[in-house]
Amino acid sequence: MEAAVAMPAWRSNLATIAALMARAKNELLRVPGAAIPGVLAPTIFFLGLNGVFGALTQLRGFSTSSYESFIVPVSMLQGAGFTGAAAGVNLARDIEAGWLDRLLVSPAPRWVLLAGTVLAASARALIPATFVLSVALLLGAGWPGVDGLLIAYVMVAAMAAVAACWGSFLALRFKSQSAAPLMQAGMMALILTTTAYAPLALLGAWLQDIARVNPVTQVLEAARQGFVGSVSWAETWPGVLAITGMLALLGALALREMRRTGL
Amino acid sequence: MDAHLLGSALRTNLRIVRALGMRSIRQTFRRPQLIAPIIVFPTLLLAIQTGGAGSAVELPGFPPVQSFLQFMLAGAMMNALMLAGNSGGIALAVDIEMGFTDRLFSAPIPRFAIVLGRLAGTAALGLFASLWFLTIGLVFGATIESGVAGALMAIVLVTASAMAVGGIGAAIALRTGSASVVQGLFPLVLVVLFLSSAFFPQELMIEPAKTIAKYNPLSFIVEGIREPIISGINASDTLDAVLAILGIVVLGLLLSDRALRHRLKVG
Repeated sequence: MEAAVAMPAWRSNLATIAALMARAKNELLRVPGAAIPGVLAPTIFFLGLNGVFGALTQLRGFSTSSYESFIVPVSMLQGAGFTGAAAGVNLARDIEAGWLDRLLVSPAPRWVLLAGTVLAASARALIPATFVLSVALLLGAGWPGVDGLLIAYVMVAAMAAVAACWGSFLALRFKSQSAAPLMQAGMMALILTTTAYAPLALLGAWLQDIARVNPVTQVLEAARQGFVGSVSWAETWPGVLAITGMLALLGALALREMRRTGL
Repeated sequence: MDAHLLGSALRTNLRIVRALGMRSIRQTFRRPQLIAPIIVFPTLLLAIQTGGAGSAVELPGFPPVQSFLQFMLAGAMMNALMLAGNSGGIALAVDIEMGFTDRLFSAPIPRFAIVLGRLAGTAALGLFASLWFLTIGLVFGATIESGVAGALMAIVLVTASAMAVGGIGAAIALRTGSASVVQGLFPLVLVVLFLSSAFFPQELMIEPAKTIAKYNPLSFIVEGIREPIISGINASDTLDAVLAILGIVVLGLLLSDRALRHRLKVG
């Protein structure tokens, strides 16, 4: 008892986050089928888009002749979006089943409960990203280099955290799994209204306008740089800034809903 | 059986199909969660693909079109009707899970009426999707090159295709009796669609998608829908589309028949 009292708050918070992440991992190990759609959907999109729009690289203005290389970071981020949104759906299910109520009466701070969900999604997003990357490399996508790969993975994990914050915000707001389409569609729209299909100059005028102000464009360009060229700080920092901003905004919104829940 | 009795039986069966069809249509339009993905997802994809890959019309070998939106309308309709077929299968599977279909099986009505009634709802969704996308196209400046006749042709082909694809969904629902299994086919629907000429001219696709698209029956249907929109009604393309739809109808009927027999045997 004395030892438990003496435990510093930061350590017990970390232990709670680790326990919540372990719960998410157990879900994955016990129901592996549940992870299949999250892995399959971005892979299908990758194969489909590559097969269908591969000829676009013949257009003047494309920075690469390999559409596989151009599109693979999009699919990796899509996988992160799906995984993060699925974390929101799982939270809504926990709310419906009364599991979150039990967590709320525990002495764990609200931000710790949110961090458990968000960090689990970040870690889980590496599975679809690795799968789709392996498929792309097998099909001839360019090797991004260790630095390019590292940046891509950091962007994927952070994007999953953004999506998990968005999903958690909606789950806590609506307290129902029926908000799932909004979680998924929101992420899909955010990721695809960027330079996902083609460079900015080749996009339609309305999509160019949206892509310019959509922060995910910067995230995508940072993740893509190693696949289509060389890695530079100039291409990286806008992505880091954009993802940090999105995390701060959506994290704050999700935390505000978490603090309101159960009051 | 004389002609009078035959006519009476036919009228009775038609009344049953109509009643079940109306139930299916009402059910579909009462629940926004059923109709929203069928319209919202393909509309979102249409907008993003049109904006993102619109420069493709400049590629050598791209068929002459007014705009990429005009080209993509048929693909969006195809996307929606495939989702409508999947959604119809899910609704039938839910009926099986809830025991509604068992009650119909014990009623003195022909088995085919149960499936046909459900397909009426799917056809209504197909009709709605075709009208939606033609409206979207016209609002955003796409023209229908063959005019009203071409628009009607597209509407008829989309509605018939939705019903045909719905037959496959119904067969899977009858065989498995599980809504989650039918729902799990959604990624497969996307695969089949991507491997057709729904979103890009088949000649410009890259291998192996190009070869698969050449023989994919959905390519024949989508070309039948697209031709009246981008150029004019072409008898050969229309005939190919009708034959492809008939092929899917026959496959759906055979699979549904086998699945129904299986369901009645195992209970």
